[in-house]
Amino acid sequence: MSEPVIVCDRLGVRLGGMQVLDSLSLTVYRGDYLAVLGPNGGGKTTLLRVILGLEKPSEGAVTVFGGPPGRTPGRVGYVPQRLFFDRDFPISVEEVVMMGRLPKRRLMRRYGRADREQAAAAIETVGLSRLRHKRIGTLSGGELQRTLIARALAGEPELLLLDEPTASVDPEMKTTIYDLLDRLKERHTIVLVTHDTGTVGHSVSRVACLNCTLGMQGPASSLGTAALESLYGHPVGVVLHEHPHHGGRAGGGHA
Amino acid sequence: MPDILHFEFMRNALAAAILSSIACGIIGSYVVVRRIGSISGGIAHTAFGGIGLGYYLGVNPLLGVIPFSLLAAIGIGLLTRKAKVAEDTAIGAFWATGMAVGVILIGMTPGYAPNLFSYLFGNILTVPSSDLLLILLLDLVIGAVAWLFSNEFLAVSFDEEYARVSGLRTVALDLLMLCLIALTVVIMVRVVGIVLVIALLTIPAAVAKLFSRTLHGMMALAAVLSVLFNVAGLWLSWVFDVASGATVILVAALVFLASGAAAALAGRRGR
Repeated sequence: MSEPVIVCDRLGVRLGGMQVLDSLSLTVYRGDYLAVLGPNGGGKTTLLRVILGLEKPSEGAVTVFGGPPGRTPGRVGYVPQRLFFDRDFPISVEEVVMMGRLPKRRLMRRYGRADREQAAAAIETVGLSRLRHKRIGTLSGGELQRTLIARALAGEPELLLLDEPTASVDPEMKTTIYDLLDRLKERHTIVLVTHDTGTVGHSVSRVACLNCTLGMQGPASSLGTAALESLYGHPVGVVLHEHPHHGGRAGGGHA
Repeated sequence: MPDILHFEFMRNALAAAILSSIACGIIGSYVVVRRIGSISGGIAHTAFGGIGLGYYLGVNPLLGVIPFSLLAAIGIGLLTRKAKVAEDTAIGAFWATGMAVGVILIGMTPGYAPNLFSYLFGNILTVPSSDLLLILLLDLVIGAVAWLFSNEFLAVSFDEEYARVSGLRTVALDLLMLCLIALTVVIMVRVVGIVLVIALLTIPAAVAKLFSRTLHGMMALAAVLSVLFNVAGLWLSWVFDVASGATVILVAALVFLASGAAAALAGRRGR
């Protein structure tokens, strides 16, 4: 059994009087590629924010790399859902990606050669080398998303957290992004959350369904349409492409 | 040397224009990209209390402005970020309180308050050499801190939440940036006065943003524009014998209007 990276134990979160997450228990192990599915408003983003230390749990406990959330920024790479930013902000792709190096250096230090090399490698990984000097506001949705993934990768994280990585990109680009994640799962533990059941699952090793609490979790193959429909409250389509060598990772948590 | 520069006050005015434009370009760019113009206006107006304090104590009013503007920066920053007070409420409270303190202190000062008008609306033609030294000193402090924290400030300005996730102490960085704005206000009081500061903190940077690809480029261009606005305003105020600070602002506003219209036209053609 590999080392647990994230452990949520009967986690509850109340935001403005609303129970957003309720008695959620989940363990993510090193090397996992976990997709958390659930409807909008089901608490997926809140779960990520708790793991990042941006939101405090009201009940239960969370540990990340064995300690409280937010204490190991250098080991966690975060790809936010949709960057709320000013499209006219004078900043290039390269400068945005360089921000991924922030946790790796001390305050007031300039970026060094190692930082620039890692940023360049991350840009190369997501296939944006040609656009690295482009102003961020001129990018398409898919290019912006890949920039944000590169920013997370530049920090050489062990754990990658992605919030709706395909929400603002066209269908063709969705495949590109999942192919990219497919390559990244060799080196990173990945947790992504999405409401889009139609595209997830190229190669995820585990799926968890979240609507306030975890409805079910298990290997990707066990994900049934019926369970999802009860979760969403309406019919959904499920497309699964599971790779056999990841099928054995069942019972990671205790829902 | 042009005739106009034979006068010492003109040379001082030019030096003040250039020195203040450096701070204005750097800090104004942060003000514009972070959209904290109204906080900056609040800090500037609160600083009126410091001018009153200077008169009351019989010292250089600029020395009174420094603690008042820093207090406003930290106060507004802490109220909005720690005590969760709505930003416009905190700004309004500080703005009016600072001005009230200033009015009372000036009223308590025996005799009348000479040059009060010039602190409100600026008079670049009356900057003494001693103030130039203070302005230079503040420029160095602002430039050094902005350079040391340039990566952190860029991260906080572009994506505050990501900066927090990266382990940066964003509240502390925010307060530091607000303090730099406070020091910039001190520099600008002599040039355009506390009432008009906000225009030079926003307009040059807003125009520069239209033509810049990086934040550093934006800062340099904003500083150059600020010098141009100052010199053109100074010259026009000399020619027409009108208030210099207000003329600088009107020049800046005209350029802002023209560049905004040009950008809108270019955008429509591009579509």
